[in-house]
This record gives sequence, structure tokens and C-alpha cells, in this order.
Amino acid sequence: MIRTQSVSRSYGDNLVVDNVTLDIPARGVTSIIGPNGAGKSTLLSMVSRLLDMSAGTVTVDGMDVTRTPSDVLARRLSILRQDNHISARITVRDLVGFGRYPHSKGRLTVEDRAMIEKAIAYLDLDALSDRFLDELSGGQRQRTFVAMVLAQDTDYVLLDEPLNNLDMKHAMGMMKLMRQAASDLGKTVVLVLHDINFASWYSDYIVAMKAGRVAAQGPAGDMIRPEVLSDIYEMDIKVHEIGGQRISVYYG
Amino acid sequence: MPKLIFGALAILVLALISLFIGVSDVTPMSLFSSSPDDRPMQVLLISRVPRTLALILSGSALAVAGLLMQMLARNRFVEPGTAGTVESAVFGILVITIVWPGSPLIAKMLAATVAALMGTALFMQILRRIPLRSTLMVPLVGIMLGGVISSITAFFAYRYDLLQTLGTWTLGDFSGVLRGRYELLWLSAGLVGLAWLAADRFTVAGLGQDFTTNLGLNYRRVLTLGLTIVAMVTAVVVVSVGSIPFLGLIVPNLVSMAVGDNARRAIPWIVLMGAGFVLVCDIIGRVIRFPYEIPIGTMFGVIGSVLFLYLLLRRRPANG
Repeated sequence: MIRTQSVSRSYGDNLVVDNVTLDIPARGVTSIIGPNGAGKSTLLSMVSRLLDMSAGTVTVDGMDVTRTPSDVLARRLSILRQDNHISARITVRDLVGFGRYPHSKGRLTVEDRAMIEKAIAYLDLDALSDRFLDELSGGQRQRTFVAMVLAQDTDYVLLDEPLNNLDMKHAMGMMKLMRQAASDLGKTVVLVLHDINFASWYSDYIVAMKAGRVAAQGPAGDMIRPEVLSDIYEMDIKVHEIGGQRISVYYG
Repeated sequence: MPKLIFGALAILVLALISLFIGVSDVTPMSLFSSSPDDRPMQVLLISRVPRTLALILSGSALAVAGLLMQMLARNRFVEPGTAGTVESAVFGILVITIVWPGSPLIAKMLAATVAALMGTALFMQILRRIPLRSTLMVPLVGIMLGGVISSITAFFAYRYDLLQTLGTWTLGDFSGVLRGRYELLWLSAGLVGLAWLAADRFTVAGLGQDFTTNLGLNYRRVLTLGLTIVAMVTAVVVVSVGSIPFLGLIVPNLVSMAVGDNARRAIPWIVLMGAGFVLVCDIIGRVIRFPYEIPIGTMFGVIGSVLFLYLLLRRRPANG
């Protein structure tokens, strides 16, 4: 379980994350939703020790993320932020292979290699595996980064807007993969998502943030309701049930 | 792997050519027909072999230092010469020459290392503060910083009547390399070995701070290790033979086009190409107006700046 206690982060006078106390349940897909500037990415960065907190503590399975040695944490938790700019010319296979670094420290074993090939296949990258990153489209690059995180094979997988740059087919494939990782492999997947219908369809648990605070949280079924969503996004959102799934409509 | 062996053989051939070029008559024939105490063998052992080794050692080490800088600054166009590192090293040597005249080479090298490390750290600090990290701004900032440091150095060199001495460090020249005066360069071979051992860390650091932390590495520690290697290599080369501009920039960029930036794979190629490039330039500089010599720093300034422009202009848009 990921537990944040009174976590805050400020930049000067600007409080971006404001005293967030939150339990993210283990095993399952949790989506963090909310308008721009709600503090979702900042919270995710603090949970994954990429960003220091101004106040509060975060524990993952009881380990304090600021005190646990980074290489120990790297075998339990992985994080992919949005907007990754890599100027180095690295092949897809090499980059995915670096996902095994926390386990192998650069000396890849047979199991490591099998894991790398599996991650490449999962993200439909076989045909691109020897290409350099700078020869790929934005969506292909994004899939490569996610493949690297999958190869890291951690209990906790944190992804900040993983559907960025992906077309419909690959966005759906990505969410199915996350669903499968949670259901079949018992992983805890935490996603920051902008598309609330993806969140509704594939998540077990939804956390809604607004102005640095947790505005609402609960099982996906309880969260995808017009009154909850309209309040969070400050706009009129209707929810329809289609084929047993709740779909939000907010166009027009 | 076979390609690497082929490359190594090419370096060997270049090294042999380098051994037999010079004013003094040293040929395989003259070596065999005279006794070891005669002039040909003595010239070979005292001058030619040290010179060739110095070329190989400094060429490969500077090229690897360039790769490390590019990884750590995450910019294709930085190298010790465009990051204030070389200028700081020269400043360090000048300071110790003023406060401790006649100091041994090793002391000069240490002073150069400390100064180079400080100058490079300052450069990295400035980079963190530039809001717009455009690709070309980064080397420009480095060149400006280098310019500022150079002018301070020149001022003190002028005051202490050391301007001529200054030239020997700023302009790479292998004509003065003799047995007993280049051995410090072996240290750079050790540093290259260290860089190769830690190659994966540097590649990971090249992916950025977030990726590095995610993979459980301490970013600052990798940065410190890398910059220390860069500073020491620069210091050793500047103290021994003077700086060679653009080398650390061109070689890693050319290798990157062919085999990519994964340091584990790139470093052997960079070592070979760095050595080869310097050997070729030195050979040309020695034969172009025989029996006189053009210093390699000048040769490289000409060839290097043309190649640098080519690399700048062929640059793909940032997100291709």
C-alpha cells in the first residue's frame, strides 16, 4: 500500500500540493484525475522520490521513500513521468534493457533478457527494437518508455499520463496491459489520467484532486457520477451507462 | 567485434607510420643495420615512441571525456573545450606556476584538475539556471564562460610575463614530447578504463535525472564521478601536450551516428577513433611542410571547426 501523510509541496508562496493524506490500495489500478494544476503530477513525483516534499511522509509497503536506499526502492517501485526528452541515441532494446538495471546492475542474465523481450512484445515494439529513439514517433517513444518500466518488474508502477501521444488502438492496448498487470500479476498500478472514460473503464479506484487537495476518492463506480465529476471539473458532465460501463459525456 | 579488431589494426598501422616520420632518418632498415646504441634506435625510443603513445593516449582520452560531458550535460555540442573546462585547467596551471615556480608536473596536473573541476561545476550550475535550455545556447554559454576565464588567465600571464608559456598549454603540440615528459598521460588510460567500467551509469545519467533516480542510481554521484574523470583527463592532457580543440566534440558525434550513444558500446569506438583522428592530424601536420611542423592544435582548429559546422547544420530537429 502507498500511504501519504500530510504531504505538502510549495514553490515559494504557491502551495501546489496541500496536506494530502491518502491511502492507495495495493493490487489494482488506481487513477488520479483532476483539472490542470490540481497537483496530480507533483504528488506522483513525491511518492516516487523524484521530488522532495515540503512537509509530510510517504511510505510504500511501510518503507519511507525518502529514507529507503534508492536502489532498494527501484526494485519495488517504478515511475514514468510525462514529457521525457531524451537526446541520447539509444536503441529501443537497450533502453528497455536499462529497466533491468536495478536487478542486474548492467550484467544482464538470461532471465533479464527474457524479461526485456517480453516487455518489448507486450508493447508491440518487436519491429522497432533495433531502432534508435530519435527515429521513432512520439507514440512509439512513449511505448518504449513504458516497456522499460514494465521490464523493471516492480510491485508498484506509477505512470504520469501514459496515454500521451498514443493513438486510440495503443491507448486501449496500454490500459488493457495495466489492467492485466494488476489482475494477473498482482501489481499496483497508479496512473495520472486526463481521459475520465479511460479511468472509468479500467480503474478499480479513483482519486480526484483539485487545487492541491484530494477532492474525492472511492471505487470507480462511486466516482463516475455527474454530481461528483461536475464539481471537480466545474463543468456540466453527464454520465450514461453503456454496456454496463459508465461513460461520461461532456461535449457541447 | 570483428569491426573493432579491424579498427584497432588501422590504428596500429597509423602508429607505425607515425613512428617513421621525422627529420631524423629512422626506417626499419636503418634500425636493423645499426646497433641499439646508435642514433636511429635512440631517436625511436626517446622521441618517436613517446610521441606516438602520447598521441594515442591523449586522443582517445579527450574523445571519451567529450562523450561523458555530452552525456552529463545532455547536450550534443559540449566538450571540455566548450564548457570552460580547458580554460579552467590552464588557469589552474598558471596559478601554480606563479605561486610555485618550478613545481613538478604532477603538482601542475593536480592544480589543473582542481581548477577544471571547479570551472566545469560552475558551467553545470549555470546550465541549471538557464530557463531556456536550447541546444545551441548550452555550448555558447560554455564558450563564453571559457572566454571569461581565458581573459583572466591572460591578464595574470601578462602581468607575470608568462604569455609565451601560456601558449604551450592552450595550443596542443606533440613536437616536444620526449621520454620522461609524457608518462603522466598513462593516467588518462586508467581514467578511460574507469569510464568504461561505469559506462552504464553514464548512459543512464544521459537519460536524465528522473530516469536515473527511477533506476535506483544517485544522480549527483554519477555526475560527480563523470565530471571528475573529465576534469582529470583534461588536466593531464593540457599539462602534457596542450589542448586539442573540437576533438571531444567531433569523435563522439561521429560515433553516435554509427553505433549510437550507449556508452558501453560507444566507448571502444570512441577510443579508437579519437586515437586515429589525432594520429592522422599529427601525421599531416608533420609532412605538409616538411621538415617543419604545424602544431596539432592548429591542424585540429581548422579541420575541427569545419566538421563542427557540418554537425551543427545537419542536426535533426529536437524531436525528429
